Amino acid sequence: MSTLAAVSPGMQVELAPEQREAQRIFRGWVDEHVVPHAERWDRDGAIDRSLIDELRRRRWLGAPVAAEAGGGGMDLVTYGLLTEELGRGCSSVRSLLTVHDMAALSVARWGSPELRDEMLAPLARGEVLGALGLSEPNVGSDAARVETVARKQGDGYVLDGHKKWMTFGQVADCFLVLAQLEGAATAFLVPTDAPGFSRSAQEPPAGTRASLLAELHLDGCAVAARHRLGRVGFGFSHVISSALDHGRYSVAWGSVGIAQACLEACLDYTAERRQGGKLLREHQLVQQMLTEMIANSRAARLLCCRAGHLRRTGDPGATAETMIAKYFASRTATAAARDAIQLHGANGLTDAYPVGRYLRDSLVTEIIEGSTQIQQISIPLMVPADL
Amino acid sequence: MDDRKQKIKLFLSRFFRNHDLAHDEDIFALGFVNSLLAMQLVQFVEKEFGVTVEDDDLDLDNFRSIDAIDRLVEGKLAPTP
Repeated sequence: MSTLAAVSPGMQVELAPEQREAQRIFRGWVDEHVVPHAERWDRDGAIDRSLIDELRRRRWLGAPVAAEAGGGGMDLVTYGLLTEELGRGCSSVRSLLTVHDMAALSVARWGSPELRDEMLAPLARGEVLGALGLSEPNVGSDAARVETVARKQGDGYVLDGHKKWMTFGQVADCFLVLAQLEGAATAFLVPTDAPGFSRSAQEPPAGTRASLLAELHLDGCAVAARHRLGRVGFGFSHVISSALDHGRYSVAWGSVGIAQACLEACLDYTAERRQGGKLLREHQLVQQMLTEMIANSRAARLLCCRAGHLRRTGDPGATAETMIAKYFASRTATAAARDAIQLHGANGLTDAYPVGRYLRDSLVTEIIEGSTQIQQISIPLMVPADL
Repeated sequence: MDDRKQKIKLFLSRFFRNHDLAHDEDIFALGFVNSLLAMQLVQFVEKEFGVTVEDDDLDLDNFRSIDAIDRLVEGKLAPTP
């Protein structure tokens, strides 16, 4: 499937026809299967498990993994469009794809041949669910300094530590875990049937409430040597960093989805509610807020498209462009959600409208995969691709 | 080979502005090398020279200088016996 094509002498920034068609399919599916249930999932603190089966059946878990490896082989802009649509419907569902694909792509890129033989195809097909095992009670942004430790034992490794905030940790089958091995950050793929592994459900937080968060308890958790990803000491700098790079791409697109959802909610609301003898949308200050939402959500989407194009071509500037896209899109989402509540007035703070959920979910996008502040201190040190 | 070193230098120079990087200069000693640059370096080597950086290549010494990166690429491109 082709993606955005640079056409001499100018640059074409329109989606290809097949991408438009894919977008139409994603949008229709989300409108039918996600949007009608998202409020309930948010309230209950859990998505329906049957939805995971449906995502698997559609080959949307593992969609960006190469087809040769058993994945969907979806081009990265189309994958972005899928992520946007899921994010528009329900950020918790979007976050399932985020963490699963981070784990699957990490095994594809950094797994040993033995681990790839064992795990890649099931992950790429979504038959085995993957998730991240990075954050800890005392470790968030400073992720390289995790306190979980690993030690060599016989032919394998034993891990001890405590992980927290694991998205879809209640249902994942394996986790990409970072631990200190002889003082050097090293990555492992830890299956949930490993001896010494246990998990406990966390209370749903304020945002992405339906993402089935869990804490992981690694108490002498034994994994085979083949379950180490990358070399000792390169677990953060290469394995986790590239996983987070993908995660930022996913969160950026998901944030565009939230901004788009806010815009659509506001276009509907301001077209039906009257104040001062006219529709809200006829008030100039309301028009100003709508314009901000329209312009910024489009700008965020274009940044995501560009990041996707560069990722597809393997451009080393893609990491910086992805970071910029995530930074801008997540801030756009929170700004749009704040304005959406303002436009809805007191109604926006009730369960009768989805904009309160959009705000809570948008706040999460400014924290995960590198907070806004981490992006602010990282982007100036990065070198983006040439425009 | 000089062309390859020139490409490596051009890429690295974008990170080390206003500094004429010598071919044997230790980029880690200059600072500013964080995990993101380390990852971008791998992506650059793979994209620019059409090689795959394997686990065994993940050694800081392979990325320490223009000369070191050039040696890594040369080794990857050499026909295997």
